[in-house]
Amino acid sequence: MTDVATTATEHTRRDFLFIATGAAGAVAAASAIWPFVSQMAPDADTIAAGAPVDFDLTPVAEGQIVKLFWRGKLIFVRHRTKTEIKSAVETDVASLRDPEADSVRVKAGKSQWLVVYGNCTHLGCVPLGNDGAFNGWLCPCHGSIFDTSGRIRQGPAPTNLPVPPYEFVSDQKIRIG
Amino acid sequence: MSGHSTYVPKSAIGRWFESRLPIMGLIHSSFVVFPNPRNLNYYWTFGGILAFMLVSQILTGVVLAMHYVANVDLAFNSVEHIMRDVNYGWMLRYLHANGASMFFVAVYVHIARGLYYGSYKEPREVLWILGVIIFLLMMATAFMGYVLPWGQMSFWGATVITNLFSALPVVGETIVTYLWGGFSVGNPTLNRFFSLHFLLPFMIAGVVVLHVWALHVPGSNNPAGIEKKTDKDTLPFHPYFTIKDAFAVVCFLIFFSWFAFYIPNYLGHADNYIEANAAVTPAHIVPEWYFLPFYAILRAVPDKLLGVLAMFGSIAILVFLPWLDSSKVRSGSYRPAFQVFFWVFIANAIVLGWLGGKPPEGLYVHASRLCTLYYFAYFIVVLPLLGKFERTRPLPASIAEAVLGTSGSASAMAGSVAASPNTKG
Repeated sequence: MTDVATTATEHTRRDFLFIATGAAGAVAAASAIWPFVSQMAPDADTIAAGAPVDFDLTPVAEGQIVKLFWRGKLIFVRHRTKTEIKSAVETDVASLRDPEADSVRVKAGKSQWLVVYGNCTHLGCVPLGNDGAFNGWLCPCHGSIFDTSGRIRQGPAPTNLPVPPYEFVSDQKIRIG
Repeated sequence: MSGHSTYVPKSAIGRWFESRLPIMGLIHSSFVVFPNPRNLNYYWTFGGILAFMLVSQILTGVVLAMHYVANVDLAFNSVEHIMRDVNYGWMLRYLHANGASMFFVAVYVHIARGLYYGSYKEPREVLWILGVIIFLLMMATAFMGYVLPWGQMSFWGATVITNLFSALPVVGETIVTYLWGGFSVGNPTLNRFFSLHFLLPFMIAGVVVLHVWALHVPGSNNPAGIEKKTDKDTLPFHPYFTIKDAFAVVCFLIFFSWFAFYIPNYLGHADNYIEANAAVTPAHIVPEWYFLPFYAILRAVPDKLLGVLAMFGSIAILVFLPWLDSSKVRSGSYRPAFQVFFWVFIANAIVLGWLGGKPPEGLYVHASRLCTLYYFAYFIVVLPLLGKFERTRPLPASIAEAVLGTSGSASAMAGSVAASPNTKG
């Protein structure tokens, strides 16, 4: 550093300070912005209110469809009859718009219980139970028809009624979530 | 700043846009090349600090408003929900509450700078008056914001301050009823205070634009109080004052963070952590610290209406300051007698603030009256007379001379700065 005049390619202390300040500023800006973004995420009590919920299956008669809410979303619990199970199982899976075998949509040994989200996968209306060509569900808004496994068969809905996460905690009780 | 800027964008898209909306040129002429006196001290950084704090309060306020509920049954709990459940809610709340105090710290230093250096004098009278308007809007915003948590101090502060207007003859009671939206401070009051508290900061932002516009006509005042004569007297805003303001903001943020993170409730009142109860008034109602001097003036006058007029008058008098101060010398640096009265005024204001927090009994009342007297006497008696009788120090020949010493070294240094501003001196 004996020569005062520097060439254009040699880096000066000023260049270092410039870059170091810029980097520190970028880190500071990111750290400052993060809490403002994070506060929009679900807060602790919303998460707590969305904890798994237990549901007793005893009062649900065969052929009955029951509605409940979890995390603000509607869920159908359907106690399927033998005919409904049979028509769900004996379907050509490959011909479905959203191919899914009935066995993957229910729990092993508990095929009489179907648990699905209750909003049509087209634009979100609540479909009517025990209705439509397959006696599954019929959405009155745009005519989507779901079968007894909640799979889309006719109409504009692109996918089957999704299955929420759930487990059997006992023979007659499920835990959703 | 009159006429178009000489800024020419480097890119073709830039030139296309600039010819249709010359905003880049505006920013360039106002905040990049704008000439500022080279002798500015750090008291001149508080305007930038205030702009930063306005943005900070708006940002933290908008995100708090995503979680706050303005209903008398839910407000207090919604604030606790923010503190306990919302991600970083505790931090956003403390930044907003302490940010309000910091905003007032900065504005009081900013005003004191104006008072000392004569920044209110010709040709900056309108700039000064716009500042008083901003100060009034700030006080209204802070008052309404303090009501929102719906604690004991929120409720009773709202009751006391809205009741002030009942002192006005003929229209007083009607005004109070319209403020309340009912027969007492209640849910309609809280709801409208939330709406107005959200609105007013944007009005402040608008007046701030006018304030900076009015400033850019003559340019900044300076510690010597003399107008700039040549280019040697000034330096471009960028990089000299952008970096100085940025450094000042960082130092201010350290001060701010000390309160927000280590002693976040120090400036507040513990009683505001008790939910509002219309049947029980706390033993010692006090407003937040930044209102205490005006609170002391209000209580110093034994008559209800006169007390209210004295309190509003203590702010209104600021509007007339440019015409009350008769001195031909602008800066207090060259007015030795003025300096004594000025510092007594500052001490007096601090004592008034201290008295505002004391119960209105005995010696405190007498002291408040004396201090109120000096407060008004400073504007109505001291400043008009002082200019006529004071002996001022001789002013420097120019700003450059005030900063750089004799004209020989001044031209050498100024010359090197002008010729090659990017190299080391």
